[in-house]
Amino acid sequence: MAILSYRDALNQALHEEFERDDTVILLGEEVAQYQGAFKVSQGLLQKFGAKRVIDTPISEAGFVGMAIGAAMLGLRPIAEVMTFNFAILALDQMINNAAKMYSMSGGKLHIPMVLRGPGGAAHQLASQHSQALETQYAMIPGLKVVLPATPADAKGLLKSAIRDPNPVVFIEGEALYPTKGEVPDGEYTIALGKADVKRAGKDVTLIAWSRMTLVALEAAALLEKSGIDAEVLDLRTVRPVDREAILSSVRKTNRAVVVEEAWPWATVGASVVDLIQREAFDDLDAPVLKLNGVDAPMPYAKNLEHQMLPDPEQVAEAARKVLYR
Amino acid sequence: MVYSKEVQLDLLERMLLIRRFEERAGQQYGLGKIGGFCHLYIGQEAVAVGALTALKPEDYALSGYREHGHALTRGTEPRRVMAELFGKATGTTKGKGGSMHIFDVERRFLGGYGIVGGQIPLGAGMSLATKYFGKDLVTMCFFGDAAVNQGVFHEVLNMAELWSLPTLFICENNKYGMGTEVSRAAAVPEVWKRGSNYNMHAERVDGMDVLAMRECCDRLVARARTDNKPALIEAVTYRFRGHSMADPATYRTKQELEEFRGKDPISTLRGALTEQKHLDEAGFKALEAKIKKTIDEAVKFAEESPAPDLSERFTDVYFGEPQAAGAE
Repeated sequence: MAILSYRDALNQALHEEFERDDTVILLGEEVAQYQGAFKVSQGLLQKFGAKRVIDTPISEAGFVGMAIGAAMLGLRPIAEVMTFNFAILALDQMINNAAKMYSMSGGKLHIPMVLRGPGGAAHQLASQHSQALETQYAMIPGLKVVLPATPADAKGLLKSAIRDPNPVVFIEGEALYPTKGEVPDGEYTIALGKADVKRAGKDVTLIAWSRMTLVALEAAALLEKSGIDAEVLDLRTVRPVDREAILSSVRKTNRAVVVEEAWPWATVGASVVDLIQREAFDDLDAPVLKLNGVDAPMPYAKNLEHQMLPDPEQVAEAARKVLYR
Repeated sequence: MVYSKEVQLDLLERMLLIRRFEERAGQQYGLGKIGGFCHLYIGQEAVAVGALTALKPEDYALSGYREHGHALTRGTEPRRVMAELFGKATGTTKGKGGSMHIFDVERRFLGGYGIVGGQIPLGAGMSLATKYFGKDLVTMCFFGDAAVNQGVFHEVLNMAELWSLPTLFICENNKYGMGTEVSRAAAVPEVWKRGSNYNMHAERVDGMDVLAMRECCDRLVARARTDNKPALIEAVTYRFRGHSMADPATYRTKQELEEFRGKDPISTLRGALTEQKHLDEAGFKALEAKIKKTIDEAVKFAEESPAPDLSERFTDVYFGEPQAAGAE
């Protein structure tokens, strides 16, 4: 097992899958000659050539749609957007074509493609470049939506996403690229739709994904100091969601806090709270709380930005609240 | 290019099949047997027939939502298309797609799409794949005149030329994007001129003349196949009916409609065949009778077919997962 950055773990997954299956291609903005806007595709062009690693113009709807068309005829394209803020331009292609194809064709055409790139806030990138947009895909039947939090998960989940026969939206944490962790060498896959207990605990369940998993883990460390044993459940995939993992954790701790980077209204987090109250109402000892980013566009100024997203202290505070402490 | 008697008679039969199929579909819509949106191809038959008969069976095609005629020309059985319009389990997509989403993967007709211009990237992506696999196959991507004002049209023409993809982009300019006349929607109403923005070969062709359409596509298919060259074809055509069954088409004049009815592609080819002594009155009547039988049978088949089982609500959502396994 090697210590790798999240970025290098993704890079390793790409190299391995390119090696394994020559129907895998990558197309997107700056993926080839520039080696990736965030260097995730480093070395692919040199190793696999321009036929499989394709620089595109800034035409998100066009090249994402072309990836879908190529998937209809047997390629396994990975379309990389420079950030998921730009993928908004390709939403029509993802929702109206990729997600509908299998149904609309009466089960004759499926779309083994991945749409990937960074999402969420990074550092002082302001309103148009700091959005957590997973909900706009997670609501769509036909899509799968994956958001890894750690380098090991990034590798294992990306390999599974590439092999999946369905369209997978793979949102990498922009702020997570430099984070490091142990990553298994070689063949290592993680099933989509499976959550992971990142820290076992018995007093309260903190439910998160992507970057908020790290915030929840920091909160758990704070809580430990005051004698509270928090469990951190990383959803990893928000469609399909791991219902059993959520419910069994809540049934054990009887209390839950959902921590989400997105704005508070009508989100994946809201659906998780809905699931818990419907399926585990009798197991709850307190209302489920949900923490979100501030319901406003992300400002540029450093002092403002730092007050926009849930932080470990706020998460710990919410956990104490559901414990009535 | 002079086409043989057999070729011309085949083109006539295919156009007549579409015409009679669409007339019957319109009638069945009126009877409440067909629901939703239903866009008839009456008047535009020469475009699909002239173009698609220039392809090999292994080539690919896709279209927008006015696509019954494209599927029929690719060889999809009329009864399966009619059953789809009726929303029956025996339809082309088991009743899941309806009028706007006819698919026949076996005949390489990869769909009708309901978002204006949304199929244009798919067509170029299909060419990306056939080229990647080293196959000399051509993809024909059909769309209407309104689609050329969508961003993806421009994005994809740019990439198709840049990457030398064997896609023929066929714009069926029927003068109206729903009720909006082309000159009210496009600063450059001559669609073919837009190819020059991307150094793409472009031609305007009389889409009411099936032989002109066929001749143009024979040439451009060959060029795409051998040189991986895309092209933009503007087929100037006209729909004799409204945009959909819900549209009485009051935005255009009677004179205009009559002018184009005078260029009816079926009458034109029939006239030419008569003049060449390839088809007499009896021959045409026999053709009509044959097609009527096919359409009667298609309606009967659609009528008698079962509706989809309710369990079909949950199928065909995720490949490899028999039941929908989404968020819930």
